[in-house]
Amino acid sequence: MARIDLVDLAHSYAGNDADPESFALKPISMTWRQGGAYALLGPSGCGKTTLLNLISGIVTPSRGKILFDGVDVTSFSTRKRNISQVFQFPVIYDTMTVGQNLAFPLKNRGVAGPEIAARVAEIAELLDLTPYLDRKATRLTADAKQKISLGRGLVRSDVAAVLFDEPLTVIDPELKWELRSKLKALHRALDLTMIYVTHDQTEALTFADTVVVMHDGRVVQSGTPEELFDKPAHTFVGYFIGSPGMNIVPAEVRGREARIGGHVIALSRGYDKLPAGAAIEVGVRPEFVSVAPPAPGLLAANIERIDDLGRVRFARVRVGDAKLAARVPPGFSIPDSSAGLVFDAARVHVYADSRLVEGVL
Amino acid sequence: MDKTVNQKAWFLVLPVFLIVAFSAVLPLMTVVNYSFQDTFGNNQFFWNGVGWFKELLDPSTDLGSRFFASLWRNLFFSAVILAIEVPLGIVVALSMPREGWRVAACLVILALPLLIPWNVVGTIWQIFGRPDIGLLGYVLNNIGIDYNYVSNEFDAWATVIVMDVWHWTSLVALLCYAGLKSIPDAYYQAAQIDGASRWAVFTAIQLPKMNRVLLIAVLLRFMDSFMIYTEPFVVTGGGPGNSTTFVSIELVKIALGQFDLGKAAALSLVYNLIIIIVCWVFYTVMTNAGADRKPNQGAA
Amino acid sequence: MSVALDHVTRMVDGVATIRDVSLTLERGALSVLLGPTLSGKTSIMRLLAGLDKPAEGRVLVDGKDVTGFDVRKRSVAMVYQQFINYPSLTVYENIASPLRVQGKLRAEIETRVRDAAKLLKLEPYLDRTPLQLSGGQQQRTAIARALVKGADLVLLDEPLANLDYKLREELRTELPRIFEASGAIFVYATTEPSEALLLGGRTVCMWEGEALQAGETPKVYRHPDTMRVAQVFSDPPLNVVGIEKTGNAVRYEAGMEAAASGLYAALPDGAYRVGFRAHQLELANGHVGRHVFPAEVTVTEITGSESFVHIKRAQADWVAVLEGVHEFLPGETIEVALDPGDVFVFDTGGRLVAAPGAA
Repeated sequence: MARIDLVDLAHSYAGNDADPESFALKPISMTWRQGGAYALLGPSGCGKTTLLNLISGIVTPSRGKILFDGVDVTSFSTRKRNISQVFQFPVIYDTMTVGQNLAFPLKNRGVAGPEIAARVAEIAELLDLTPYLDRKATRLTADAKQKISLGRGLVRSDVAAVLFDEPLTVIDPELKWELRSKLKALHRALDLTMIYVTHDQTEALTFADTVVVMHDGRVVQSGTPEELFDKPAHTFVGYFIGSPGMNIVPAEVRGREARIGGHVIALSRGYDKLPAGAAIEVGVRPEFVSVAPPAPGLLAANIERIDDLGRVRFARVRVGDAKLAARVPPGFSIPDSSAGLVFDAARVHVYADSRLVEGVL
Repeated sequence: MDKTVNQKAWFLVLPVFLIVAFSAVLPLMTVVNYSFQDTFGNNQFFWNGVGWFKELLDPSTDLGSRFFASLWRNLFFSAVILAIEVPLGIVVALSMPREGWRVAACLVILALPLLIPWNVVGTIWQIFGRPDIGLLGYVLNNIGIDYNYVSNEFDAWATVIVMDVWHWTSLVALLCYAGLKSIPDAYYQAAQIDGASRWAVFTAIQLPKMNRVLLIAVLLRFMDSFMIYTEPFVVTGGGPGNSTTFVSIELVKIALGQFDLGKAAALSLVYNLIIIIVCWVFYTVMTNAGADRKPNQGAA
Repeated sequence: MSVALDHVTRMVDGVATIRDVSLTLERGALSVLLGPTLSGKTSIMRLLAGLDKPAEGRVLVDGKDVTGFDVRKRSVAMVYQQFINYPSLTVYENIASPLRVQGKLRAEIETRVRDAAKLLKLEPYLDRTPLQLSGGQQQRTAIARALVKGADLVLLDEPLANLDYKLREELRTELPRIFEASGAIFVYATTEPSEALLLGGRTVCMWEGEALQAGETPKVYRHPDTMRVAQVFSDPPLNVVGIEKTGNAVRYEAGMEAAASGLYAALPDGAYRVGFRAHQLELANGHVGRHVFPAEVTVTEITGSESFVHIKRAQADWVAVLEGVHEFLPGETIEVALDPGDVFVFDTGGRLVAAPGAA
């Protein structure tokens, strides 16, 4: 278990002299506490895999330092960093049995036989692999193989951190649930630093205590799932987290009011000092906008379609040029497609140039 | 996959059938006929039944003893070249660069020996090994090694073996290289993370993943070396004496040297049968090995 | 125009990958094939396309038997999970390729390619090659190429599975619009129930080569004919518990008695299996008429907008999805409540006997 510090870390695959804007990972400094569960979340090309590879040592950074418990490991090879990694597809040694696979890292480090056997039995028990210890590893299903990959990392008791690179990619949807909760349970039981890279917000939000949202090589926001959901610091976070994502519409904001398409909606905070010349937008999650029969006090909208998700319904509406998603209360029905929108003022945020503006209560 | 059947395809294949029939099936039938006759090719045939076959398979007869001697030589030869070419090919494949322009350069150099016509290969080595004008022969004799592949049995064998290794190791190397290239990087990274030594990486990751490819390489080399004719014939002619007379060379001696067509036909049929059995065994092993590797039951 | 499968069976190596399936697809409707991997979705598509022949049964187009017809003779286009484009051609050429094969004139090719590009928002990328595009754009190119052919039947085999989560969402909201604009018959295969719900249309639930139920998507979702259909059409997995009804009371397995209210009231006495989805479980909140179960929390997953609480009740693993953030610790005991009016009741053979709302 280790505390991980990133000091001004940056990387470009084109070399240190490349144009700063083209860096795959732009300079970042962060501290990840020991025993934490972190998720790096973002779309393809956002730099999350680069960051993971920098931490594991597969890639040497163009700039900056990485510290494990205060020790500068930037020049250390992967082996010396004492981390373990689970890849997108299961990586197992074909010629060995499950037990031998799990024992492999310990054997390579010269651990004594009985100790190996005890540790392997312990980890196999945690991962529900005990019945398969003597089977050839190639014969198991994909999710069992991923568990073996994971087990090889956990079997070393001094491992600094466990890294996951989109590990559920090849797993069937029904088994994803099991494996996810198993990972979470393991984290609790073993108190390891775990870093999980994914583009799937559900995976990230359910696994991690702290989610690091990345976009275009930068860390956009880092916080707990509730913080990211309730108070996105950037419109990208609002858009990326939540299904459907946050509604972002251009608006005129003055004091405690926002004007969208000629209609005024109340805000729960006052915004007097907005940066001049900035693009002002208002963001509110579809869970906090609902459709209602049209009324003079409500923002008028046109319902284009209603998505029935089983447990909740969302309406896709149009307000002038803007498109929004809004919740449909149960039992709601209207004769035609015009409706009114009701906003939960406490959940409406104001963004200037895509960044959150803190209003005054 | 069930392709929908198209009857027209048969008409397109018909000309090929006719040609094959003419150039292969009919001559084969002739050979089969000859194997039951005693003839010297002068249109005089005396029925011999299975006489030649009996003689062939009886080591106490002249024909039988020559056949078995050459058969053992073939087997010995195949065993030796496999023992050299397979490990050597693997080592070459492991040492090849993975990316960049060097890869193309290496591939071209490796491919060169494979492209040379086989009799030219034989001629190259025949001249190369001559003590008077051949570079190898001259140098070896000058540094004190008494090398003469014409008169010395060991030298003849050594020359033939080295020639085959020079000619065909590239094939094994290229096949192994293809097998190695298909291993995803993640395996190497995982091995690094697991603290595996270089040897462990080889035995636990590279060798198992090259399994299928190695099997193909071994089969190909065995079958080809078992049928070898041109190269040793050009270099040693089967000599000195009959020390490098393989079955194919023996066959030619009997058929074209002695014109003993009946015996030759019988020998060639038996030789053919052995090769077919070997091929069948290998084919079965290969397809079964493929079926064996069917991945997990259940969802994937 | 309509396409139908009539009692089709397909055998591979002696195993039936499709068993006695009959389906009818009408024009203007999107049909979703929903089922786990290896349930037969791809096999059905290949049969519809003419790439494979059924061992038994017929494939009909507008009532005509086309079972023996080769795929080249059928009007069909297919989009795969792996974005398949010609790597050396530009996007424009990729989209134009089926038209060039059909021998259309240059002017017509130009119009149709530009229309397809507009529909799929590819206009800025027409000069690029597929490798210069993102995954989502590559898949749009593949879809455009499938549409431009003007085929009567367009098959999409999990086309969004290899895309990023958000890209998948975006493309998925656009697909209904694209389908309507095109007018062909669309068949879409997926493993995710939420995709089926979002796409609407009709859904066919597949399981191990059989078509379990076909109908309007919300209807199949709310009225699964069998427990297997309910399990296929639930994400998170369906929670199941057994009950035994006698007179006015029901007894849940592993002990717990309750009044036979809600949907239980009208049932004849006997043993049943009750299935309910994660959102049909609530935290016990004192509402009248609920059946309350104590259960032990194994793990809680929080997404910000909701919490997935995994619980264990008497050897059975259940999942509840609760709105908002609930930080339950593993090992904690909580009480969850079930509304007997909001469950699916199946008989011991797995057939539906009661469900919320009119059948």
